[in-house]
Amino acid sequence: MGMGETSRDRIARRAAAELKDGMVVNLGIGIPTRVADFIGEGIEVTFHAENGILRAGPSPPPGEEDGFLCNAGGYPVTIVEGASYCDSAIAFAMIRRGCIDMTVLGALEVSEQGDLANWIVPGKRAAGIGGAMELAQKAKKVVALMNHVNRDGAPKIKKQCELPLTAPACVDLIITDMAVMEVTADGLLLREIMLPFTLEEVVRCTEASLKLPEQLIYIP
Amino acid sequence: MNKQRSLEEALSWITDGSTLMYGGFGGIGTPPTLIEGILDKGVKDLTLIGNDTGFPWIGIGRLVTEGRVRKVITSHIGSNPNAGRMMEEGRMEISFYPQGTLAEKIRAGGVGLGGILVDVGLGTSIAEGKETVVIGGRTYLVEPALTADVAIVHASKADPYGNLVYDKSGRNFNPLVAMAGERTIAEADEIVPLGSLDPESIVTPGIFVNAVIAGKGVNWQWVWEKRAATESQEGPPRS
Repeated sequence: MGMGETSRDRIARRAAAELKDGMVVNLGIGIPTRVADFIGEGIEVTFHAENGILRAGPSPPPGEEDGFLCNAGGYPVTIVEGASYCDSAIAFAMIRRGCIDMTVLGALEVSEQGDLANWIVPGKRAAGIGGAMELAQKAKKVVALMNHVNRDGAPKIKKQCELPLTAPACVDLIITDMAVMEVTADGLLLREIMLPFTLEEVVRCTEASLKLPEQLIYIP
Repeated sequence: MNKQRSLEEALSWITDGSTLMYGGFGGIGTPPTLIEGILDKGVKDLTLIGNDTGFPWIGIGRLVTEGRVRKVITSHIGSNPNAGRMMEEGRMEISFYPQGTLAEKIRAGGVGLGGILVDVGLGTSIAEGKETVVIGGRTYLVEPALTADVAIVHASKADPYGNLVYDKSGRNFNPLVAMAGERTIAEADEIVPLGSLDPESIVTPGIFVNAVIAGKGVNWQWVWEKRAATESQEGPPRS
């Protein structure tokens, strides 16, 4: 992603503010995984992992890893009270029938209708779909984390996605290194700007049309 | 009744061109002793069906890295750069499915169904060219079931009848895969006497299992363990 440590943490911290007490949440691989590190005090969230863990806990201390207790990325985790294991079909049953309150996913492109593209760049190496299609299509709330522009400075938040879609019209909130945008019935609503970026810079770096709220929030 | 077999006997079912289904998710829960045995046997042109292609030197990834695989039906190859490179070079064919759809296609094969109806992926390229049906006013993709010549699974415990118990998140695709093989080989860390597994706790009933072999345990470093950067990409040379 070519992102500095600070902006990755900043994106993760902002995404963590979306976690509400009692939610069932699935975090994608990469920056989304870091969201758990910024969870607010007094907020209890049930973490779902699609490899078959409900109520997954934080990483174990070094030396206490269990080779057979890992997250969907293959890294060791723990469990918290009330946890259960299941096979992957049941783990996806929970997603498909709408039991997941929120998912946080990385994105390559998002359109102003909330279309998400995050699994393949044709002609280049593909990572594959994984659980992204089920999560994007079926989670009650979808938060997309991404850099605002690509390595060449070109916008990744577009009028229409050019890359193959993961799911159409699925994203509810976009959090980038520059801004926070809500997907509404009539387009993208710019809610917050990450300082030191300015409104002009955010608009210039966004291909999609942005509506402005009554009160724009600047995040220090 | 006693399905305990030697590694050689069980592996006699896997030959050049076999379709091989495997349990595991990111390497965790893929049977290491069976993978080692398949490598040693030298079979090639395998078609693999499973969640992902592991890591270059962990799980099913070892078969990919050593060039034994012709085709993979999977959901994710991101953790194994060798799989991506072979796909780019046209040396290995890859069919991608959404993870939950893949799990249910395998489960359908294992439980004697022709396929599943699923709306995940509608409006994306993975729906292109696929048959759809409308039920109750809603559109679903028709996804045929998947089966394999041989399925290999990892269990923490097995009894001689093939009843299986798994280990935490090592369960993942294993109970699904265990049902979907024409023949299923279970590698167990521990083989316990008949009658010693609590019938309430058995996850895979032994009727689906054709052979039980004793595992030698995990013979690799997990991906999160410290190792040289080069090894984490390509893996150590085989001994």
